[in-house]
Amino acid sequence: MTKMTMVQALNLALRQEMAKDDGVIVLGEDVGRDGGVFRVTDGLIDQFGEQRVVDTPLAESAIVGMSIGMAAYGLKPVCEIQFSGFSYQNFHQIENHAARLRWRSQGRYPMSLVLRAPYGGGVRALEHHSESREAYWAHTPGLKMVIPSGPRNARALLVSAIRDPDPVIFYEAKALYRAFREEVPDEEETLPLGRPQLVREGKDVTMISYGAMMRPVMEAAEVLRERQGVEAEVIDLLTISPLDEEILVRSVKKTGRAVVVHEAPRSFGPGAEIVSRLMEKAFFFLQAPIERVTGFDIVIPPFAREKSYIPGLERIVAAAGRTLNY
Amino acid sequence: MPRTPITISENIEYLSILDEEGRLDAELEPDISGEMLLRLYRAMLLGRRFDERLLDLQRQGRIGTFPPIKGQEASQLGAVAHLRPGDWLVPSFRETAAEVWRGRSLSSVIIGNNGFSEGAVIPLDHNDLPVSVPVGSQVLHAVGLGWAARYRRKDDIAMTFFGDGATSEGDFHEGMNFAGVFQAPVVFVCQNNQWAISTSFAGQTHSATIAQKAVAYGMPGIRVDGNDILAVYAAAGEAVDRARAGGGPTLIECLTYRVMMHTTADDPKRYRTDAEVEIWRQRDPLPRFGKYLLDKGVASGEEQNDLEAEVLQEIQDAVDHAEKQMRTMGNPLDMFNHVYAELPPHLAAQREELARELAEAGKEVQS
Repeated sequence: MTKMTMVQALNLALRQEMAKDDGVIVLGEDVGRDGGVFRVTDGLIDQFGEQRVVDTPLAESAIVGMSIGMAAYGLKPVCEIQFSGFSYQNFHQIENHAARLRWRSQGRYPMSLVLRAPYGGGVRALEHHSESREAYWAHTPGLKMVIPSGPRNARALLVSAIRDPDPVIFYEAKALYRAFREEVPDEEETLPLGRPQLVREGKDVTMISYGAMMRPVMEAAEVLRERQGVEAEVIDLLTISPLDEEILVRSVKKTGRAVVVHEAPRSFGPGAEIVSRLMEKAFFFLQAPIERVTGFDIVIPPFAREKSYIPGLERIVAAAGRTLNY
Repeated sequence: MPRTPITISENIEYLSILDEEGRLDAELEPDISGEMLLRLYRAMLLGRRFDERLLDLQRQGRIGTFPPIKGQEASQLGAVAHLRPGDWLVPSFRETAAEVWRGRSLSSVIIGNNGFSEGAVIPLDHNDLPVSVPVGSQVLHAVGLGWAARYRRKDDIAMTFFGDGATSEGDFHEGMNFAGVFQAPVVFVCQNNQWAISTSFAGQTHSATIAQKAVAYGMPGIRVDGNDILAVYAAAGEAVDRARAGGGPTLIECLTYRVMMHTTADDPKRYRTDAEVEIWRQRDPLPRFGKYLLDKGVASGEEQNDLEAEVLQEIQDAVDHAEKQMRTMGNPLDMFNHVYAELPPHLAAQREELARELAEAGKEVQS
């Protein structure tokens, strides 16, 4: 066990998988000599060389399109898009090909590739550097959309994503990159994709979230207990899509109340799907309307106002209060 | 000095070996065995007759919309003739003759054009990608494939096809740039058929040629008479050899013409004249090549007629086979196949939902 930041934990995952499998290739803008703008790929080029850690020209569509070719050949590309806000420039390669080549080729060409990209606000960045558009990818059949919430699960999920036979969009919360350290085992650790985790047990209300929002949600659970003696159950999705609702449904059947929290805009966001699933599977157990605490349906404002945009502790506590007092 | 010329090393050439009158430039004539010449002629003939049959089938309502290739057979076959089974053909959607050359069955084309995804299946002994519809997007896959082959120390190469319209897409330029930077073993084959639906070549680019775009990416570029299979064969041979030997990518522009419609849903009379089409019909690659074989003593008129009968029979057999096969392919539940390696729970539930709906409607399906 070593205490690591999320950046270090992701680096460990890449390093170990690359050492294990010479088909794993890291590519993207500034991932080699520079070690990535957030240093997630730091030092990989020294260990594995330029053939395996490839500094590409500046073109998101080509980075992904080339990765698709590499995956069709049988390699396992892990490409980095420097900020998820630039991934719209490769959207068509993911939507038209990465997500479909297995299907289009009738299983002949599995697309075992990972697209890593930093997402989310809270780091005082410029426009295009703070957004959360995971719903785009979650909406595309054939993709897996994964968002870790801390160093340990980031490492385990990235290893699983690299080994997964399907294309995985892997969003890393910038706000968590260096926010805190966690014990990360030196030996190999994986987490199954598509399996949310119950991270705090409770009986009064279910709080469902993922990624950077897990911190204020856990804090809110603590505050609810301290202030009101409310025992909140908290679920970390980890995988946004394919969404396995089983654990969510079980929890809501127990608590009768739910709050879904994400940084992404509200309308048609992941929360909408989660609420629908709960309505379908736990309707008769609900004691109150399900609350959504989300970003507003606007472009995340530049950093002077971003704190008012991103769901914070008080907004989450208030939403939980509304479901409890309904 | 404030203004000095920068010398750019690449020259753009135009190559024609067998012209539309059937005149041969013997000095440039590529050395092709009689056996290969016959194979190429048969493939051109098969591509042509199959295309005509597909149009009939479409007009009879026996297949859906499809993009005819008529007139572009030489551009495709002269290039793919150089590929080995381990190489990669990365097609767009108007390369049926090339795909068939690579081993795709005629019946699978018919099945695919009947709306069954099973039709896209690639013969196991060839490394090719399936048809790609979003224009130009497949170019990048060829770069990744070529890069991967070199990484694995194989001398396999990737050959990608696209049209003049695709050269306006960013992916074409990004692919050319990446291939240049990484010196990837890729042959870019542009079938400049001069029309992207209703947009003419002049409306697509202000460049005099597509080939010259290679200069900007630091790779050789050449324009060839795309209706002259000898010219296409010669240019592609050089490009494939260079890529295989580690010499990097090449752009080949095959100047040809789409004598038919973009797809069967298109009416070209809305945007071009019959007179223009007629000029290009006179430049047809097929009789030109037939005459060459005749003059060379490779295939007599009678032998060419025999080949004609042979390919027509092959096409008929394929139509019969496909129509028989499709009678067993109706299970709607198969639409859930191959979306993921394993069906996730929510999809298993949706598949179950459809199975129930079908059962309630009294439809027999295996679930």
